[in-house]
Amino acid sequence: MELTFNLPGLETIEQRTVPLDSKTLYDVLIVGGGPAALTAAVYCMRKGVKTGLITLDVGGQVAETSTVENYMGYRHIEGISLVQRFKEQVEQFEIGFLQGYRATRVIDGNIKKVECEDGNLYQAKSIIITTGKRWRRLNVPGEAELTGKGVAYCAICDAPLFKDKDVIVVGGGNSAIEAAIDLAKLATSVTVVQLLPSLTADKVLIDELSKFTNVTILYEHEIKAIHGTSAVEAVTVHDIKNKKENTLSVQGIFIEIGLVPNTELVKNVVALNEYGEIIIDCSCRTSRPGIFAAGDVTSVPYKQIIIAAGEGAKAALSACDYVLTNK
Amino acid sequence: MALFDDKVKSQLSQLLSKIKNPIIINFFTQEIECPTCQTTHEFVQEIAGLNDKITLNVYDFLKNQDIAKEFGIDKIPAIIITDTHKNIKGLRFFGIPAGYEINSFITACLEVSGMAEPLPEAMISRIKKISKPIHIQVFVTLTCPYCPGAVATAHRLAIENPLITADMIESTTFTPLAVKHNVSSVPKVVINDIYEFVGAQPINVFLDMIEKI
Repeated sequence: MELTFNLPGLETIEQRTVPLDSKTLYDVLIVGGGPAALTAAVYCMRKGVKTGLITLDVGGQVAETSTVENYMGYRHIEGISLVQRFKEQVEQFEIGFLQGYRATRVIDGNIKKVECEDGNLYQAKSIIITTGKRWRRLNVPGEAELTGKGVAYCAICDAPLFKDKDVIVVGGGNSAIEAAIDLAKLATSVTVVQLLPSLTADKVLIDELSKFTNVTILYEHEIKAIHGTSAVEAVTVHDIKNKKENTLSVQGIFIEIGLVPNTELVKNVVALNEYGEIIIDCSCRTSRPGIFAAGDVTSVPYKQIIIAAGEGAKAALSACDYVLTNK
Repeated sequence: MALFDDKVKSQLSQLLSKIKNPIIINFFTQEIECPTCQTTHEFVQEIAGLNDKITLNVYDFLKNQDIAKEFGIDKIPAIIITDTHKNIKGLRFFGIPAGYEINSFITACLEVSGMAEPLPEAMISRIKKISKPIHIQVFVTLTCPYCPGAVATAHRLAIENPLITADMIESTTFTPLAVKHNVSSVPKVVINDIYEFVGAQPINVFLDMIEKI
């Protein structure tokens, strides 16, 4: 048995965060827990403004990333280790911190309010939205019912459970091809279903995938339905060019077709673009004064950890400016 | 060959140096017909060698049936982390906690030693109110970065209430059990074989389900 131990490599730092308080009027309230949120938190605390943070989980997509090789300062670091370091950098401050609950609604006004799943309403002079993105779903029959029963979104997590089984991977980008490679090592067969006439993944990944003999790629095909009662049994695939439908017998389907922004909480509050992302200007200002946004949830091009972190810093400085000039 | 290289060993020592009160690693194994027992045995031995406050008790699953029964152990390899008085007995690992699960293992060691992060009062009182035996099984794979979070949440509940038993189950070691519970995405949480959910959910989601039982 080949074993690894994926440790975050912690430093011993005194944790100084305090519980978020619904009676306090914060200068800046950050909603989210990824790199943009945590960077914004550090910048706000260093500026000395009263800061709070609400997040369901810490790390966002980085926590689900196996290794990161393009965050400066680390040639190679595990996603969870990077998150741990971000978190430790925040925890040295007496920031109002609430983890484990989703913020459900942002209410605009002179004093802004954030409605939270814990039943409280939190108040602040300014808000930074850094709620990131989540996996995009196919929205086909059977998908919701069979999620966790053969419909999967995390290949590194779930690939070991599909040893000696037949699986489909939907998508043609980097995450889809990485998933297909992970699965090809274990599964009996892997069928990649791609809407476009070619794959969009990096060449190194496509080359690696082509080494496997148990992988089939269906170009210009789309998923029509996922079938099964208590587990996935088959998937209907539509051949767009030849206008034919085909049902494949599989036990698993990994959906790797990108991400959608978590903007439900600011719907009808700030302006969104055609992709549902929050439109920001170069100072991370949204269409509403005092509401800022940063990271993958925004219209900023290129979703990268280092970009999200930089945007978080910028949003924090903009929010601090806003608080100081609107006393 | 040692399981931990020097770098991992020094990181583990540093993490385990925060252990407050002595703890016991109770390990159930057997010499034959258990392909992963030997590696898991080496794992607990190397862990116990890293800190003076850790005692390792090794039990043979067949020869020490009475003790296995006391802990409610029905499969091996099994690790139960307890305090020296065995007041806390509900933090269990079935299969080797390697890969990402090393994190839930370290967390369990620290929490049993008295280093658990305090929970809000209201939540503690909800957990203390649970009056029926609760068995939480958290199915994981060792390559799942967010599984340790689900295991740690289940274990945190077991720290606060002795009626709660929380198991990490390495899905590929216990395939028939994983198949029985239809595990095809992890973390998958099964509570008293009645309620289940997939994903690392916050503690209140666990409690909402437990309170329905």
